[in-house]
Amino acid sequence: MTPRLDTRNVAWMALSMALVTLPHVERLPVWITALAALAIAWRLYLGWKGGQLPRKWLLLTVVAGASAGIYVSFGTLFGRDAGVALLVVMLTLKLLEMASMRDAMIVIFLSYFVVLTNFLYSQTIPTAALMLVGVWVITGTMIGLQWREGALRYQETLRLSAIMLAQATPLMLVLFLLFPRVQGPLWGLPRDAFAGVSGLSDSMSPGTLSQLSLSDAVAFRVQFQGEIPKPNQLYWRGPVLWYFDGTSWHMGMTFESATPSYAPVGTGAAYSYTVTLEPHDKRWLFALDLPAKLAPESRFTTDFQMLANRPVRSRTRYEMTSHTSYRLGYEGLSPYERRRALQLPDGYNWRTRALALNMRNAARDDEDMVKQVLAMFRTQPFFYTLTPPLLGDNPVDDFLFNTRSGFCEHYASAFAVLMRAAGIPARVVTGYQGGEVNPIGNYMIVRQSEAHAWAEVWIAGRGWVRVDPTAAVSPLRVESGIAAAVPATDALPLALRSNSEWLRQLRFTWDSFANSWNQWVLGYNPERQYWLLSRVGLDRATSQTLALILLGITAFITCIFAVVILRRLHRHARDPVVAIYARFCRKLARRGAQRAPSEGPADFADRAARRVPEAAAAIRAITESYIALRYGAGSDRAQVRRLKRLVRELQ
Amino acid sequence: MRALPLALRRWIDIWLYQLRGPQPGPIVLGHRRVYILPTSHGCIFFLVLVLMLAGSVNYSLALGFVLTFLLAGLGVNGMLYTFRNMANLRISTGRARSVFAGDAAEFPLRIENPTEVDRAALEAVSSTGHAYGFDVAAGTDTLAPIMLATRSRGRLAIGRVMLRTRFPLGLFRAWTYLEPDVDCIVFARPETPPAPLPAPTGERGEGSASALGNEDFAGLRAYHASDSPRRIAWKADAQNRGLLSKVFSGEAESELWLDWNALPPTMPIEARISRLTRWVLDADAAGMTYGLRLASQVIEPAAGAGHRTRCLETLALLPQ
Repeated sequence: MTPRLDTRNVAWMALSMALVTLPHVERLPVWITALAALAIAWRLYLGWKGGQLPRKWLLLTVVAGASAGIYVSFGTLFGRDAGVALLVVMLTLKLLEMASMRDAMIVIFLSYFVVLTNFLYSQTIPTAALMLVGVWVITGTMIGLQWREGALRYQETLRLSAIMLAQATPLMLVLFLLFPRVQGPLWGLPRDAFAGVSGLSDSMSPGTLSQLSLSDAVAFRVQFQGEIPKPNQLYWRGPVLWYFDGTSWHMGMTFESATPSYAPVGTGAAYSYTVTLEPHDKRWLFALDLPAKLAPESRFTTDFQMLANRPVRSRTRYEMTSHTSYRLGYEGLSPYERRRALQLPDGYNWRTRALALNMRNAARDDEDMVKQVLAMFRTQPFFYTLTPPLLGDNPVDDFLFNTRSGFCEHYASAFAVLMRAAGIPARVVTGYQGGEVNPIGNYMIVRQSEAHAWAEVWIAGRGWVRVDPTAAVSPLRVESGIAAAVPATDALPLALRSNSEWLRQLRFTWDSFANSWNQWVLGYNPERQYWLLSRVGLDRATSQTLALILLGITAFITCIFAVVILRRLHRHARDPVVAIYARFCRKLARRGAQRAPSEGPADFADRAARRVPEAAAAIRAITESYIALRYGAGSDRAQVRRLKRLVRELQ
Repeated sequence: MRALPLALRRWIDIWLYQLRGPQPGPIVLGHRRVYILPTSHGCIFFLVLVLMLAGSVNYSLALGFVLTFLLAGLGVNGMLYTFRNMANLRISTGRARSVFAGDAAEFPLRIENPTEVDRAALEAVSSTGHAYGFDVAAGTDTLAPIMLATRSRGRLAIGRVMLRTRFPLGLFRAWTYLEPDVDCIVFARPETPPAPLPAPTGERGEGSASALGNEDFAGLRAYHASDSPRRIAWKADAQNRGLLSKVFSGEAESELWLDWNALPPTMPIEARISRLTRWVLDADAAGMTYGLRLASQVIEPAAGAGHRTRCLETLALLPQ
C-alpha cells in the first residue's frame, strides 16, 4: 500500500505524542523537552511547506548527541528515568524520519508504549483520564492512516475510535479480572524504579521529617471495624532508632523475633482495622501502637517494628489488631539492650549532658526526671515550627540552648539524648501521628505530612513508656493535627490548610473516590483475584481450568461482539423517503384508509382524500412530494425534511 | 515435482477460495468468501502488547494491565471491523470495451453495498497487480475499473480479481478472490508503419469516372498511380493515413477487397493479421466500402462502425 502521510495525519501524530509525553515534561531535563518540541515543530513545518525530510546522517548525529546528553544527565542509559528520556527522544525524532506507512505505524505503537511509561510514575485518576484521551487520539490517528488518500475525515475517525475503544471495554474488564496475575517483578527492576516515593527512612537527622511534612501524599488509609481511637492515641509505629552518632539517629542492628510479647492493660479494648499502605519502597508496615498480630508475609523485630519480607513496592492491604494501652518489656532489660539504649557518642553535646546530670540529681526518680524535662519544654520558650534555623556541630546543644525552635524530630532527639545522659534507657520511634477521618466512605487518611517522631523510655517496673515531647511544646499537634500546631506563616500543603467547609467536603469526596480507585483498580493484585475467585467457588481450580474459563469467557464476549458488529450487515439500508411514507400510511390506516399492497400512491391518495376529507389537502401535498422524491430526478435534504414535517403535522 | 504445488494451488482455489472457474452473474461476498489474517503491522502490535504485559507484571502496574487489555480488545474488535468492511458486498462486472493489443483493457467492476454499514478504503486488484482504491457508502454503489495489460490478440478474460481492505486499524487484512465470467476482445495490433491500401477491384474505365462527376465529395480511397495529383487528399497524407484519393459522387463504386491470399506468401500469419487490421482501420477512416477475404471465411463489402467491429473481431479471433 502506498503511504498516506498527508500533513493532517502528521499533525494528529504530533498531537498524540504531545498528549502522552505531557506528564513526562516535569520529570525530563528541559533540553529533552525542547528537543522533542523542536522535532515536532520541524516535522509540522516540513509537512506544511512540503519540504524534504532531513538527511539520515543528520538524524543519526542528533540521536547520538541526545544519547550522550542523556548519559551525562542520568549517569546511565538504562533504568526508568533514562529509559523514558531515550524513548521520548526516539519517538519525536522518528517523526522526522517517517516516510512510509510502516514508520507511521511504529510511531503509533511507540506512542502507546509511552502511555504505559506514564503509569510508572503515577496511576492516579487524573493521569488515567489524560491517558485515556491519549489512547483515544492515538487510535484515531491509526484509523486516520488507513483512509484512502483524500478521504480522511477526522470527525468520523475520532467517533470510530471512541466506539471501538468502548466496545473493547468488556473484554478488557474480563481480562483484567481473570487474567492470571503473577506478583512481579519478573526480572530485576532498575535501581531508580521507585525513586521519588516518599516515606519514612531508616535514619533521622534534623530536617528529615519537616521535609516530609510538606508532602500532601497519602501514606496509608485505615478502615476501622469498630470504634475509632482518640486522636492522642493515634500513634502509628514505624522505624525504631537506637543509634545516635551526635547529629543523626540510625536504626543500628535490628533483631527479628518470632513472638515478642507485651501485656494489654485495662479492659483489653482492641482496635481492629484494615490498613491500605501506599508503596514506599521500604519494609515497614505501619500499625497502631502496639500491634497485636502480624500482617501476612512479615516479621516482628524485638522492638515491635513490623517488617514485610520484601520492600513494599505496590499498594498493600492487611488486617490488623492493636492495643493502645499496654505494658511492654516490664520484665526487664537485657544488658545488651540497656547498653544500646544508653549509647551516646563522646565528644558531642557536652552542655546537654551536663544539664541532664544536674536535672537527674534534682529529680526524685526516673519518672520525675521525665516530668522535669517535659516541664522544661512546656514552660521555657520552646517553639514548634516547620522551618527551624540550622543547627551547628552540636545540634542538641544548639537546639536546647540557642535556637529553641524545631519540629518533632528535634524534640524527640533532644529528649532521648537528655534521658540517655541521665542514665535512663531511651530510644526514638518514628512513624505517623494522627489521621483524618473521611466521613464519605468512613475511613481514615494518614498523610506523609503526619510523619512524627517520639521517644520511648524504659522505667523500671513499667517497661517501655511512650513519651511525646512534642506534645509538651505543642499539645495541638497531637490533639488537632499539624495544621493547627504550626504558625500560619509556615508553608503547609494546601490540603492541610483549607479552612472553607466546602473545600474540605470536596477534598473528602475526591479522596473517597480515589480510595475506591486504589482499592479496586490499582489494588487488584493476586490476593484480590484469589478472593474474587473464591467468592465464585473457583479457589481450588487448577491453573489449566482457569485458563480454559478465561478463554471461554473471552470467546463468548468476542462472539457477542461479532453478533453486535456484524448484525448490521444484514440490515439493508432503507431509503428515508420510503420510511416517511410508511409512517404516513400507518397514520391514514388508523383513520380507516388502509393502503392495498397493489395500490399506487396517487390512487391511494384519491381514495384516502375521500375517506378523510378534512385532511385532503395535506394528503395530496404529501403524495405529490413523495412521488417527486421517490420517482423524480434526485432529491435534496431540504425536500426530505419538508416531507417529514408534513407527515408529522398530519392529524 | 512441479505438479504437486499446482495441484495444491488448485485445491486451495476450490476449497478455500471457492473458485471453480469463472462465475456468471453478480457475486455476493458471503461470510465464507472473506478471508482475514493479521498484517505485519498486526504482528508487531501483538509483540508490543506482549512487551506491555510483561512490563505491567514486572512493575505491578494496574493501569498497565488496563491499557494492555484494552488494546487487546481493540485488536479483536479491529478484526471484526475489517471483516465487516468487506462482507456482504455485491459485485457485478460489465463487459470491457475492446482494445488493441498492447493497450490496457478496463473492466468496470460494480460494487454494490446494500447494507447499512459504510465501507471505506477498499482496493480492487487485477490479476496483473493494478490496484484501485474506493469507498462505498451504505446503500450506494461504485465502479472500480479493473485494468489489465494486453499483449496479444484474442479473447481476454478478466481473470482473478482480488478485493482487499485493512480498514479501520490496519492490523488485519481481509481479502477475497473473484472470477467473474466476463471477457473482452483484444484486437490485433495494427501494423506500423502502415502499408498503403491495396487497389480496389472491379473499377470501371478511367474516362467515364472523370466524366461522371467532379461535383460532390463522397469520400476517400487508396491512391492509384493513374489518379490525378489534384485528387490526392494531402490532408490525410499529413495525418499519416497513407496516400489517398478523393472520390466524388457520381463516381463509380469501387470494391476494395482486403485479401489474405493477396499478401506476400512468405508473410507470417500474425504480420498478415496486423496488416489487415491496419487496412480495416484505414479503409473505415476513409469512409470506404471494403470486404475482408480470409482463408476460411469471407465478409462481404460494407461500411460503417458495425462492419468495422465485425472485421476487427474476426481478425482478432483467428486461430493462433
